[in-house]
Amino acid sequence: MYPARFEYVAPTTVDEVLAVLADRGDEAKVLAGGQSLIPMMKLRFAFPELLVDVNHIPGLDAIDDADGHLRVGALVRHNDVVGSDMVSRTNHTMAAAAPWISDPLVRNLGTLCGSVAHADPLGDWASVMLACGADVVARSTSGERVIPMADFITGPFTTTLEPTELVTEVRVPKYTGTGGGTYVKLERKVGDYATVGVATHLDLDGGGTITNAGIALTSVAPNNVKAVEAEQALVGEAPSDALFAEAAELAARAAEPKDDVRGSAEYKRNVVRVFTRRALTTALEHAQG
Amino acid sequence: MTTTEEHAPGPTTAEIGGVGHSVKRKEDDRFIQGGGQYIEDISLPGMLHLALLRSPLPHARIVSIDASAAEQLPGVVAVVTGEALAAHGLAWMPTLSGDTQAVLATDKVRFQGQEVAGVVAESPYIAWDALELIDVEYDPLPPVINPKVALAADAPVIRDDKEGQTGNSCYEWEAGDKAATDQAFAQADKVVSLDTHYPRSHPAPLETCGCVADLNPVTGQATIYMTSQAPHAIRTLFAMVAGLPEENIRVVSPDIGGGFGNKVPIYPGYVVATAASLLIGKPVKWIESRSENLISTGFARDYYMHADLAVKNDGTILGLRVNMVSDQGAFYADAQPSKFRAGLFHVVTGSYDYPAAHVVTQGAYTNKAPGGVAYRCSFRITEASYLIERLVQNAAYELNMDPADFRMKNFIRPEQFPYHTPTGFVYDSGQYAAALQKALDDVGYAGMPKEKEEARTEGKLVGVGIASFTEAVGAGPSKDYDIAGLKMFDSAELRVHPTGKAILKLGTKAQGQGHETTYAQIVANELGIPASDIAVREGDTDNTPYGLGTYASRSTPTSGAAAVVIARKLREKARTIAAHMLEASEEDLEWEPGRFFVTGAPDRGVTIQDIALAAYSNYPEGTEPGLEGVHYYDPPNLTYPFGSYVVVVEVDEETGVWKVRRMVAVDDCGVRINPMIVEGQIAGGLAEGYAMSSMQFITFDEDGNCIGSSFADYLIPTSWETPRFQLDETVTPSPHHPIGAKGVGESATVGSPAAYVNAVIDALLPYGIRNIDMPVTPARVWAAMQEAKAG
Amino acid sequence: MNVTATVNGVERSGEVEPRTLLVHFLRTVLELTGTHVGCDTSNCGACTVLLDGMPVKSCTLFAVQVDGRSITTVEGLKQDGQLDPIQQGFKEMHGLQCGFCTPAMMLVSKALLDRNPDPSEDDIRWELSGNLCRCTGYVNIVKAIQWAAKERATA
Repeated sequence: MYPARFEYVAPTTVDEVLAVLADRGDEAKVLAGGQSLIPMMKLRFAFPELLVDVNHIPGLDAIDDADGHLRVGALVRHNDVVGSDMVSRTNHTMAAAAPWISDPLVRNLGTLCGSVAHADPLGDWASVMLACGADVVARSTSGERVIPMADFITGPFTTTLEPTELVTEVRVPKYTGTGGGTYVKLERKVGDYATVGVATHLDLDGGGTITNAGIALTSVAPNNVKAVEAEQALVGEAPSDALFAEAAELAARAAEPKDDVRGSAEYKRNVVRVFTRRALTTALEHAQG
Repeated sequence: MTTTEEHAPGPTTAEIGGVGHSVKRKEDDRFIQGGGQYIEDISLPGMLHLALLRSPLPHARIVSIDASAAEQLPGVVAVVTGEALAAHGLAWMPTLSGDTQAVLATDKVRFQGQEVAGVVAESPYIAWDALELIDVEYDPLPPVINPKVALAADAPVIRDDKEGQTGNSCYEWEAGDKAATDQAFAQADKVVSLDTHYPRSHPAPLETCGCVADLNPVTGQATIYMTSQAPHAIRTLFAMVAGLPEENIRVVSPDIGGGFGNKVPIYPGYVVATAASLLIGKPVKWIESRSENLISTGFARDYYMHADLAVKNDGTILGLRVNMVSDQGAFYADAQPSKFRAGLFHVVTGSYDYPAAHVVTQGAYTNKAPGGVAYRCSFRITEASYLIERLVQNAAYELNMDPADFRMKNFIRPEQFPYHTPTGFVYDSGQYAAALQKALDDVGYAGMPKEKEEARTEGKLVGVGIASFTEAVGAGPSKDYDIAGLKMFDSAELRVHPTGKAILKLGTKAQGQGHETTYAQIVANELGIPASDIAVREGDTDNTPYGLGTYASRSTPTSGAAAVVIARKLREKARTIAAHMLEASEEDLEWEPGRFFVTGAPDRGVTIQDIALAAYSNYPEGTEPGLEGVHYYDPPNLTYPFGSYVVVVEVDEETGVWKVRRMVAVDDCGVRINPMIVEGQIAGGLAEGYAMSSMQFITFDEDGNCIGSSFADYLIPTSWETPRFQLDETVTPSPHHPIGAKGVGESATVGSPAAYVNAVIDALLPYGIRNIDMPVTPARVWAAMQEAKAG
Repeated sequence: MNVTATVNGVERSGEVEPRTLLVHFLRTVLELTGTHVGCDTSNCGACTVLLDGMPVKSCTLFAVQVDGRSITTVEGLKQDGQLDPIQQGFKEMHGLQCGFCTPAMMLVSKALLDRNPDPSEDDIRWELSGNLCRCTGYVNIVKAIQWAAKERATA
């Protein structure tokens, strides 16, 4: 109920943050939205010695596409994504997922980048980023790294991020031709984690053939997982119900769900199958519409 | 006994705001401005904070407790252990069910979350820091999780502290007539059976439990601010348990943020805070966290029920047999009338007319938190009502009868009231068929076959579920009802001031039910004093008459009746004073709301305000001055609200996800004092019923770990999932209540779960599924469909 | 550490540890007890306050984070002795029973109506879905907000 003691600093530039992390990254945690970190601190599951509050740093809250991809800054809140015209025009998967992150209050403070860096296996954004082939940009005093999402998460709450690094943005590629996607989430109630979540992302060429496919799953594996075989079955093919059913079956096989209060493993695998089929159909509708 | 017809004073104007008016609530003014005073808002000079250390294990011997590091933490004032309490005879306390419960564990811990030690510190932050420094060595014992397993001969004995306890049986109780029931079953064409588990859930009011114990070392006065639904009973029990002189104990229940039965029992935290305040000589505040609330305070339900219904082929019910095992947790701490070990569960015969029933109930100790009677259950009527309404639905299917027709055929008919049930209840009044018909009409029942067919073509399964419940509230008559020996009357003390305003004090205690408004309306109805001129007080044992509190929907039937009786007594005295003022004889006076006047000369009259002043300044010789009195009401019977709920759901066959298309709730709680407040109570209950039927439960893994001890796992539906409701009513007064009112606070929680579940079962009729235990989650729906397909 | 924030329009200061949650700063240091604690896992929303007009869970923020910012609690809804239409609506439509979730519900409603003066029932229920109520079943809370929306429109 009450967190353990910690030191607190609130730098006003990224360089200051990086300097602190270079010095004390091992015992520090970055505080952005805090909507995942603070609850853990209150239960004393997390007890960093130092909290580095990055909320006072200007310029980190932008969503833009200046460099040909969609850039989401470190302080972009979930609600900023919900309300972003640019996102709704540029990436249907993100637009579909954003309203379903946690609850309206959390969405006012929690950040997309923070969520991705936190790497909660039940978190939604990581699946979206995996499906869309996003990159995570991390900075330290040594420089900048661009880490493909597929390489970023290595275990529950574990990423390739060094304690000295700060995630400054996430970069999401735009559709190459026409494209679409969605995120379908089965949750017991608003604010619960996904029982099952499925993110889809399709790029189609002028002839309507799928050139790129992303399918990623939430809550049905040790981490958010790309259904690679399912994706590969779609690439180069013309969309059809039969194709989507096949991909859905492969996605179900890629899942490694566990029995728990939200449902049996068999049930969750079934939902992956059903949702993948539905989510691919919706992705196609967006691409064609 | 007075009845509605004999003394009904006639309708009042909106300005007076008597019975029947939807008067806006007086209590709202402080709440909407953030001015409510809940326990956590109370701050006394020098106040310290108590935090409790709890067992991580469900069953273990305590080998040692080392609190030395905690005691040395700056800001810590004291650490209390079971050993320290034992020296004062306080390590164990009696429960409301005649058992004992550990205040702080001494020999063993018997459930995960059990209280082991307490830290008193200058701030709650420091107290919780100190908890981490207490070193407890445990020797784990095998946990006993399933109550049926607990009752087996070879199960480890949990209550080895009780002399003569050889197993885990907590109680055995039965009701009805076995021989008559056997005979009824012998004549049956069919026996329809149902095995179902009503899962463990928790009332989880939004405010957790807590207290501020202020034992003043100078005056010897003990003031205990407490989240208590029954402050007077608590005061008496504290006096008996703690040996404090009762005249020096003042229990004050301030504003309470929801009770739902969670705030009736005495919890170890209250006792430890009181002991700490006594030992330290400073006020001690204890507020539990939500996790503590869910893992250790009075849970609800957890009944494993088997029922058999004996029927004839034409649908006539002949008899009912019920066998039930109750999971009581580690201590038998139910807050319920002492003669009834399973609360009022034997009302399970329901709304139907048949002569024979036999109910056998068994309680088992398990390594879980104690409790069971809570969460708007009307003393276990939630469990009973669920069972019978699920059973009759299944019986209709087995007989190929429409479930509405089956109910109509068997309902107790209006002319049969007062109706003696086979398990000893005397239902006061009812119009069950009329209520069900109204619900069916409102929901469009006749169009259901077409609606189901249309849904089929869209790949959806639609189902309709009914629950026609009768429940029993207003405990209760002293010949049958007591809690810990205290009879279950209740009280009202009314004083009219010289300026014509009044103050009304009662032995009940609201936690959101609107008593400050509705009780004033009752008195307004009788005396014509505007409800807005009547102040209502509850909760301070120094300033209110003795009563047993508010739970089990008892306030209107008991204190409400007391308020009517005393108001009528005062009106009779007012008549005497009026006669004196008007120089007329009492028989020549007539009453209209707020005024006595001379028959035939309506201009010759005096208002109740005039009379109030005269009571202090111009009363007849030989009359006692003033206009006040107190009445303790011993109800002659329970009251029996009833209703019919109909729910239409659609089920996604691929995922098992279901949602409510529409829901109609027809309630009959007799005369409605404040229709707006009544509807508010019903809406709240329907939402709770939805929660229990769809997503809400506390469960345990095989190691005895509690799953559901935070709001992350114990799910409360939000405004988004909660269905929308259509409310309707019938009004069948109670013949024995002075204004014909019955009480309604728990009806919707009692009646609605069966309606939701019956609807899902109905949608799954093509699969032939007859039971899915609550919560009926999408995963369970899907699993039931797969099992049906395979089998 | 010192925290200085504008609370209900007035500059307020207090001494806190970094770990002091905003809700405790408000309740204990500033003695504004209208904001309530209902859970310990950030699931119930009873602690909601407005941070620069935006509804947030004050139990999931440290007091030090709001230094220099503006907070509105339930005590700040009444202006110049006049109840906010939201407050009036909750009384008119019986939008509260025990009152414990009510400050939070009203603040979320105010933020909603400030942004969307004519919300549908779905909009309202969606916006409230981070705030739990145990008493009302949400029915009359929705009606209270609809009443307030109408009242604000005609004012």
